Amino acid sequence: MDLRTPIKNARGLGSAKNGVTHWWLQRVTAVALVPLVIWFAFSLASNAGGNHAEVTAWIASPLTAGLFILLIGTVFFHAQLGLQVVIEDYVHGKVAQLACLLAVKFLAFILAVTGILAVLRIALGG
Amino acid sequence: MEQQDRPLSPHLQVYRPQLTSVMSISHRVCGVALSVGSLLLIYWLSAAAAGPEAFSRAQGMLGGFFGQIILFLFTYALFYHLCNGVRHLYWDSGNGLEIDAVYRTGYIVIGVSIALTLLVWILAYATGGGA
Ligand code: HEM
Repeated sequence: MDLRTPIKNARGLGSAKNGVTHWWLQRVTAVALVPLVIWFAFSLASNAGGNHAEVTAWIASPLTAGLFILLIGTVFFHAQLGLQVVIEDYVHGKVAQLACLLAVKFLAFILAVTGILAVLRIALGG
Repeated sequence: MEQQDRPLSPHLQVYRPQLTSVMSISHRVCGVALSVGSLLLIYWLSAAAAGPEAFSRAQGMLGGFFGQIILFLFTYALFYHLCNGVRHLYWDSGNGLEIDAVYRTGYIVIGVSIALTLLVWILAYATGGGA
């Protein structure tokens, strides 16, 4: 028997047990992505058509490399938070949901690391 | 707790699509599509890091007719999700939730995202990035 009133379970951390952290991080990354994505789209459009030497020289400049790393980190963090909500909405089996969540989280992490390493290799001339 | 007669969410098979509902699901569809599309960015960066041969293979794929169509669609998805994301943040501040404001910002989002998409592609072609 649960002697606590329903309101007790809803207060504070709520039914998801992590309060507003997930929601808040989705907004923080969204705010950060606005300038990053606008920079990304326009500078990629004006630089991506070059040959290998031109494109790598562009990526290797400290400003571009730094912004790329910030963009990649923020995008995958935001995407993984967003995909989590989508999975929680549509995948109902306990095991299937857990499997999807793990796959998305691992993949997002691996892709982010791969992308950042690629930028560093270009920037550091490795 | 006692069961109450709450309003049901729209029953998708019988509910007439309208600007509000279509834009709402589009935000999610674009978010998921962009997550898949981010693979292309990582592939492209890895190819650039790997060297000239891998890079020119990637450029050939992405710069071909089919590749450019895909990239164009991703550009629109990105700007739609960006603009509508800003709309979400505006709503989160407690503003713009009256039905006429929702429609007005909805049309703004569609207009601005189309304009930004075209601008990026005009820039790409003007600087030789398109072909
Ligand atoms: C460009 C700037 C961006 C902004 C301002 C933005 C904003 C947002 C906001 C506010 C939400 C929450 C929507 C809600 O609560 O229903 C969201 C969800 C999401 N975003 Fe973004 N986003 C951006 C870029 C991206 C990118 C680049 C990706 C993928 C690589 C992405 C993937 C997602 C996903 C998967 C969701 C979950 C969709 C859902 O729950 O319906 N977003 N975004």
